[in-house]
Amino acid sequence: MNESRIARRVSSRVALTASAAALVLAISACGGSSSDKGSPTSTTAGTKLSAATLNGSGATFPQAFYETTIAKFQTVQPDVTVTYAGGGSGKGQTDLAAGLVDWAGSDSTVKPEDAAKFKTPFLYFPTVAAPITVSFNLSGVKSLRLTPDAVAGIFGGAVSKWNDPLITATNKGVTLPATDIVVVHRADGSGTTANFTKYLTKAAPTSWTLGTDKVVNWPAGQQAGNGNAGVAQIIESTQGSIGYVDFSDADFAGLKSAAIKNKDGKFVAASLSGASAAVAGATLNADLTYDPLDAQGATSYAITAPTYMLISTTYGDTAKGNAVKGFVKYVLTDGQDLAGYSGFARLPAKILSAAIAQLKMVKVG
Amino acid sequence: MTLVDNEMRSGSVSLLAGESPPGRRTDSVFRSAAALAAGVVLLILGLILVTTTRNAWPAFAEEGLSFVTSSTWDVAGAAFGTLAFTYGTLVISAIALLIAVPVSIGVALFVTEMVPKRLRAGVVMLIDLLSSVPSVVFGLWGILVVAPAITGVYTNISSALSGVPVLRTVFSGAPISGRSFFTAGLILAIMITPIITSITRETFATVPRAQKDAAYALGATNWEMIRGSVLPFSRSGIVAGVLLGFGRAIGETIAVALVIGSSPQITQRLFSSGDALSAVIANQFGESTGTYQAALIGMGVLLFVITLVISAFARAMIARAERRIGAESV
Repeated sequence: MNESRIARRVSSRVALTASAAALVLAISACGGSSSDKGSPTSTTAGTKLSAATLNGSGATFPQAFYETTIAKFQTVQPDVTVTYAGGGSGKGQTDLAAGLVDWAGSDSTVKPEDAAKFKTPFLYFPTVAAPITVSFNLSGVKSLRLTPDAVAGIFGGAVSKWNDPLITATNKGVTLPATDIVVVHRADGSGTTANFTKYLTKAAPTSWTLGTDKVVNWPAGQQAGNGNAGVAQIIESTQGSIGYVDFSDADFAGLKSAAIKNKDGKFVAASLSGASAAVAGATLNADLTYDPLDAQGATSYAITAPTYMLISTTYGDTAKGNAVKGFVKYVLTDGQDLAGYSGFARLPAKILSAAIAQLKMVKVG
Repeated sequence: MTLVDNEMRSGSVSLLAGESPPGRRTDSVFRSAAALAAGVVLLILGLILVTTTRNAWPAFAEEGLSFVTSSTWDVAGAAFGTLAFTYGTLVISAIALLIAVPVSIGVALFVTEMVPKRLRAGVVMLIDLLSSVPSVVFGLWGILVVAPAITGVYTNISSALSGVPVLRTVFSGAPISGRSFFTAGLILAIMITPIITSITRETFATVPRAQKDAAYALGATNWEMIRGSVLPFSRSGIVAGVLLGFGRAIGETIAVALVIGSSPQITQRLFSSGDALSAVIANQFGESTGTYQAALIGMGVLLFVITLVISAFARAMIARAERRIGAESV
């Protein structure tokens, strides 16, 4: 992780500004991806692809990973231009459905009623996974162990003090104050919120009542930040606060995060290896979608989010089709080594080989 | 004045003298070009209203009246009530106007009536500079500098007012963070001050010299002259400036989204976090689909309607006031 710290520090420093800028972009529905980091070190060049431009849009959650991978890919295949405009999972899905982009990024699977809107059928390619941390700022408390019910209680508003029995029961030996818990959530619609609340719905079905979506009806009086960086900034500057933040932003801000009780009853702290274990513990569906939230395995980190690339099954343009296949293959092979660099967990070999095999289903020309 | 009058007269004379077919043609071309420009603005405005309403229709149809009367915004449960956001928008705009209007009028009077001529240009330039600062900069400044620094001030205000009946509730409670209705109103006040100032300044400059001199001749002090001559003469100009400022405040998005706290609630406590229509649209539009997106577009329509209603109300008020003054002076 250390070799990647500097790179992430640079990207996270602009993250808060970027999250504000993202607001502007969300409205104008356009975004540019520019990325020059990385140097040509890749060895498996493969066959040289002919000139093509691949436009992509979608989830912002894996954007840092895709931008890094695109930059490296272009050093290997200089004739292929790949872009990724972000905009959100929903935008990626509708753009691909309308044929506006050649590939899309999405944290969620396409709803059955929306699948019919796609001009050509599409395929899912799982690319990376990432842990969502439950980060906190409480002076004198270095580590915290939380059960799913405690997390649901805190974020749902039922648990309002730090010394609530639900929290103290699993934290013997930690002195917890009788002060108010300041809950911090996302202000913007977000796949991170969707995955976090989906986890709570799954792992704490009785105590979590707010449902799951990109925005939920949070109790009044909680704090809200823009983007992961915005939430991290509030936690960092507010005593007694707790919130959910993606791994790389929590790590950069130096936030302490809680160990979460997983399905096997073990308390596991957020880490990339914990996320990889969760992916390995999840069941892979026939269409290569999977749900790593609250997955089995003693070392699995409970709140692990998946993300997918969506591509069409048919590309009329031969150069473009081959470029898409080449790019997806690169993400699933060499690209996996870049995952940790931007705070994501690589996928287990089992899933990667299934995904590479699925590339055969893409018809070109 | 006379010089200008002469120039204008000679100008019109030369126009009259050159009253030839080509000149008349230019005139009619100009007239239709101007009419076209005015028409295009109205047309665009109308089209925006029509398309947004049409796109928002699924939400209006599904929610009915509760779209405006309910404060439950629950995307997961498909309940889209916007009352808490409308409340937030009105509260922060009101705070902004309460702070900005007196300051702007003061600045405008200072510039037109008190500042020595050679300093005037400099002061005006500085104020106009404020209006060219991008709103995202105000927002980031609000979130990173103002919000953390102002919590202490809020705590002091709330403890100082703990014995005063109404203000006790309005300014109560120790703020958790500086992101609140009041901070958003404060940032907005800074953003709309240049607009209100420049409109009112222009209006004050049009007060006839004779009217001011007459007041002085009657023995009026500087303040009495302003109160008796400048302010009554400029009433509609001031209202126009305030309305423009209000329009900016109600529609301001990025700065508000960053500092209001994004926690929808209807409360009298100005130091708590809230949310506003424009901020919600900006925050949530990117990841929205279906009825959810329709509801967000519907909030845009709502903003449009609120602005229309309030400016119509203000114009009606000023028209009534003007008639009354006219009646008195007769």
